[in-house]
Amino acid sequence: MQALSISTVSKTFGTITAVDALSLTVERGEMFALVGPDGSGKTTTIRMLCGIVKPDSGTVTVLDYDVQKQKEEVKRRIGYLSQRFSLYGDLTIDENIEFFAEIHKVRGYKQRRDELLEFTRLTPFRDRLADKLSGGMKQKLALACTLIHTPDIIFLDEPTTGVDPVSRRDFWKVLSALLKTGITIIMTTPYLDEAERCSRVALMNDGKILLTDTPAGLKQHMNGEVVEIVCSDIRRSFALLKPNPSVLEVQAFGDRLNIVVRSAAADVPGILSFLASNSVEVSDWRTVRPSLENVFISLLTDRREA
Amino acid sequence: MNMLRLQALVRKEFQQFIKDKRLLPIIFVLPILQLTFLGFAASLDVKNIVFVLADMDKSSESREFIRSFTNSGYFTMGYTTEDYNTVRTYLDNSQATMAVIIPPQFGAKVLRRESVDVQVIFDGSEGNSTAIASGYAMQIINRYSQEVLTEIVGDVRRLGGVTTETRAWYNPTLVSRVFMVPGVLVLILLITTTNLTAMAIVKEKEIGTLEQLLVTPLRPIELIVGKLIPFTIIGLIIVTVALLVMVFGFGIPVRGSLLLLYAFNGAFLMTSLGLGLFVSTISKTQQQAMMVGMFFVMMPMMYISGFVFPVENMPVALQWVSHAIPMKYYLVAIRSIILKGAGLSELWFEGVMLVVMGIAVLAASVLRFREKID
Repeated sequence: MQALSISTVSKTFGTITAVDALSLTVERGEMFALVGPDGSGKTTTIRMLCGIVKPDSGTVTVLDYDVQKQKEEVKRRIGYLSQRFSLYGDLTIDENIEFFAEIHKVRGYKQRRDELLEFTRLTPFRDRLADKLSGGMKQKLALACTLIHTPDIIFLDEPTTGVDPVSRRDFWKVLSALLKTGITIIMTTPYLDEAERCSRVALMNDGKILLTDTPAGLKQHMNGEVVEIVCSDIRRSFALLKPNPSVLEVQAFGDRLNIVVRSAAADVPGILSFLASNSVEVSDWRTVRPSLENVFISLLTDRREA
Repeated sequence: MNMLRLQALVRKEFQQFIKDKRLLPIIFVLPILQLTFLGFAASLDVKNIVFVLADMDKSSESREFIRSFTNSGYFTMGYTTEDYNTVRTYLDNSQATMAVIIPPQFGAKVLRRESVDVQVIFDGSEGNSTAIASGYAMQIINRYSQEVLTEIVGDVRRLGGVTTETRAWYNPTLVSRVFMVPGVLVLILLITTTNLTAMAIVKEKEIGTLEQLLVTPLRPIELIVGKLIPFTIIGLIIVTVALLVMVFGFGIPVRGSLLLLYAFNGAFLMTSLGLGLFVSTISKTQQQAMMVGMFFVMMPMMYISGFVFPVENMPVALQWVSHAIPMKYYLVAIRSIILKGAGLSELWFEGVMLVVMGIAVLAASVLRFREKID
């Protein structure tokens, strides 16, 4: 059974086409990520999946129910975590969960609530007001509220934006544990490193999906190879390589540069001698596995050139 | 409508009330402050009118004439002058709002039983108080001339003619506080319930919980009722506080039935809560909601309902507009119940109008709210 399927869904706001004839299917039990830069249409897509935004055309089916026509059925089975972790700041952790439990008519929610608090490790703070929690704790509380009615699918809209790195890792642990219970997770994220942890990823840009595949599968689409160069004077080397015709893409990290070339074997010797002639000392170089970021940028560049 | 969900919403609202540090002052301090300010400061009574006297006669008769002004309690003699022309300076500088000019030979003419003219000049720039002050002045002068007449002919009534004895019922001393305070009660209920409702809903929009609720099986009508029940209770608490202040603080008793009074409060709450709901659908932020509530709900209601300015004095077109203002009927009813002890037989029309308008406002707002969030 499919968790969701959308076909040729479009949504425009005024003159802006936020989502452009999008089609997508997600199987049950997947952890699926919509990845793309700000304004690529991820959030609008996830809001259409939850039924908050009505699409202009196309159909959205969640758990075999039509989201527009069978709203009640869908709402009972999904959870939604918005970008802002919308909670009642003047209620405590317990009161927030209790409220959402009763709205969902969850009977005997107390046991489920205690489990969720244990699971998200919020038990010691249960009497604290939501406003007084850290960003990471708010995020976990919002997740607990989203899970109180044991939904089949949860939709997470940029769940880790604005959360510190430690809390982020913590949150991912919670999500992985959750996935083992058979829930389907659909999320959006601007972070490509997070998308690598998902079972499948859709790369979005300008309201369209460029490619949908597993993270490993996406990397097959990489046009060229990624070479890591450890050298002196990173900033000057970066400026030197940027206009070089055989360098497709260059990124600077601390003491090294990542460059994308068509073929490492063919292009690297020329680049090394070019750097040497500009008195840059290269201490080491090697080809590395492309990151999703490399793939995404290469896809965007191909598209622009086409 | 699901009772469990409704109960959850109402309980959540009260959990928030308890922690809201602004709410307690609104419930208790606001009614007391408003009643005190509008009950005492916004008095329309005219007292201590400062006048300048130009006594060109300086006889015992002229002094006695002036004493009848100063002894009345309404007038205070601020300045005296002998020069007619300096009178203008006092009025121009707003040092005095009235001038009394007694001509030479005043005393002699009175004694000779001749007719004598006294000039009284008013600063007309404050029309309202001038009208009242001139009324007082005329009364005093009439009484003085009657006394002169009595001295001549004994009992004036022997001469025949018509005399009037005026009595004001329900507010015998015509203190405007008695008129204002029940009106303030009405105003407080309008301000608090409209604003609190609108702001509470817009706040959920701001923090995003409204969107969160839309992804739950909660129905829009449950959401609305869940908001209106708590604010109905808050509104009734506020009215009760204001009533207690009115009865025990101002000594204005409720002459009519308390039950009827609360029935009218309930009928008006439909309008004020409905307006709050409506304001929430056109506002994105709490500040915006407050501004919209202030300028498009409170102001027109205050000015056109007869809260300060009598509807009868308005131009005909505005009088027609006032018929469409629910607060007008509520105001009439509340004043009548409190001051005159009026019952349903006198106030059925106001009651019907309030209920009909309340249902209309509430229904329109509910429809708009549902349409907006769908």
